[in-house]
Amino acid sequence: MSGPLLSARGLSIAFGGVRAADGIDLDVAAGEFLAIIGPNGAGKTTFINMATGYLRPQTGTISFAGETITGLAPRAIVRRGIARSFQIPQLFTEHTVLENVALKVAARRGFWHGFRPLLDAATTRAALAVLDQFGLGDAAFARATELNEGTRKLTDIAMAVALEPRVLLMDEPTSGVASAEKFAIMDTLVAALRARGVTAVFVEHDMEVVERYADRVAVWSQGRILASGPPAAVLSDPAVLREVIGVEARHVGGGGDARA
Amino acid sequence: MGGRLAAPATVGTALVLGLAAAAPWLTFVFTIALAKGLAVLGILLLLRAGQVSFGHALYLAVGAYTVAFARPLAGDVLVLLPLATAVATLVGVVVGLFVARYRDIFFGMLNLAFSMVVYSLLEKLYAVTRGTDGIRVDRPTIAGVALERVPYEWTMLGLMLALAIGLGFVARLFLASPLGQALPAIKARETRLEFAGISARRVLLVAYVASAALAGLGGGVIALTTLHVTPLIAYWTHSGELVFIAILGGGGAVLGPFLGAVAFELVRVYAAAAFPDAWQMILGAVLLGIILFASRGLWGLYEGLMARLGRRA
Repeated sequence: MSGPLLSARGLSIAFGGVRAADGIDLDVAAGEFLAIIGPNGAGKTTFINMATGYLRPQTGTISFAGETITGLAPRAIVRRGIARSFQIPQLFTEHTVLENVALKVAARRGFWHGFRPLLDAATTRAALAVLDQFGLGDAAFARATELNEGTRKLTDIAMAVALEPRVLLMDEPTSGVASAEKFAIMDTLVAALRARGVTAVFVEHDMEVVERYADRVAVWSQGRILASGPPAAVLSDPAVLREVIGVEARHVGGGGDARA
Repeated sequence: MGGRLAAPATVGTALVLGLAAAAPWLTFVFTIALAKGLAVLGILLLLRAGQVSFGHALYLAVGAYTVAFARPLAGDVLVLLPLATAVATLVGVVVGLFVARYRDIFFGMLNLAFSMVVYSLLEKLYAVTRGTDGIRVDRPTIAGVALERVPYEWTMLGLMLALAIGLGFVARLFLASPLGQALPAIKARETRLEFAGISARRVLLVAYVASAALAGLGGGVIALTTLHVTPLIAYWTHSGELVFIAILGGGGAVLGPFLGAVAFELVRVYAAAAFPDAWQMILGAVLLGIILFASRGLWGLYEGLMARLGRRA
């Protein structure tokens, strides 16, 4: 397919006096890993909420694979192939990890018909395949309430992946995770997403993660996109560092000029 | 019923039949108890989603009055009970489309409101419902056979036991299915269900209609056992009783509602006979004890006992 897979044009939304999106134009190509960075309140999560139907933009349109999806309900959008994960993992706390993922597999493959058990052979196999890809096989029978934060994050993302999306929007996949763990988690999930051919957009505060895993980075501030391009170029742009990243600059790894 | 429920279901059935044979007046008590158990099974489906209905006596009443109104036109239990279930299902769809939009206290209170509207209609529309006098139901035939009182009551108890086991089995399948498993997901994180492409409202509606059907069937059995229907069956205390029994029995398995209902009726009957002025206090104390010391209900006590025996063996 030519043209972007996910495309936003002129998205705007305001909460009270705060413009969380102020004319956002953004294209995401199929197969791309796009990082969105910017200070708190820049409108990054708001974009995810608009793209998944949780919020409706006041102006502008969002299209997916050529179809306008602005204003559709979340469940209509997810059926078209856009899934999301959450900054604070949203697990089904009364279920095991396997059941959490199986519910998503079942949601994709036929939820309403028959009295088949949720954990029938086919659904269990598909759910375990996802868990294995995320290195969660050992946690399959743990209850969602018993997990550490890193496992909760991975489970949350595995649930979204079990929906077999074409685009996955991730809200801070490494936040709340011990810094020793973050690369392991990113390695696992990037490998899983690449293996499945899933396009990814992720909001991220950790510049080391952005540098290492993003194909492209878009810098947001006050509801606008200030810069967009390859991480090496964007993250070494003094204007970006000064204007946007500010206190986060100390996290930037690699080139000395980034710390200037 | 497969697995760990087959043994207790068999023992329970044998106990009910044995006790009824020893004390024939219990036939009536057990039939009513198990009929309420059906309605409580419906309550349990909603409890799985974290929702409590304080108005399900509405569907007992719909089932019971359907039997009462249809009795002059249809003379057989095997026609009247499906009819009662069908009408309750229909009412469940109409009311459910409305209440499934709400959660928690609003869900509970709206159900209460609907049931009280129906209660007052049943009471006030004397020309149609004969008000608080109620409607007498002539004893119908069962599968074309006209029975005397005693064999009729035994047949109703047998039928009710079969319904309890059969529908308990169906409910168990339902609870294990994706749809049934989505109920606790509504309780935990409803929005995440929406982000999976599933309408939580629709999931709850299915459970609600199923609960209405179960209660309607239970109400039909009650009408065919008492052979007299009054508006009292729709009164809110009866709705509260269903929730009471659900907590007493425990929500861990589909047998909990029936265990709870039989225990409830037995405690009530014997407490009322032994302490005519204090039986409600005794019921209250029993519930308090359950909530404080056995929050998983009588079924939870049974499971704990089995686990302990299993470890010792």
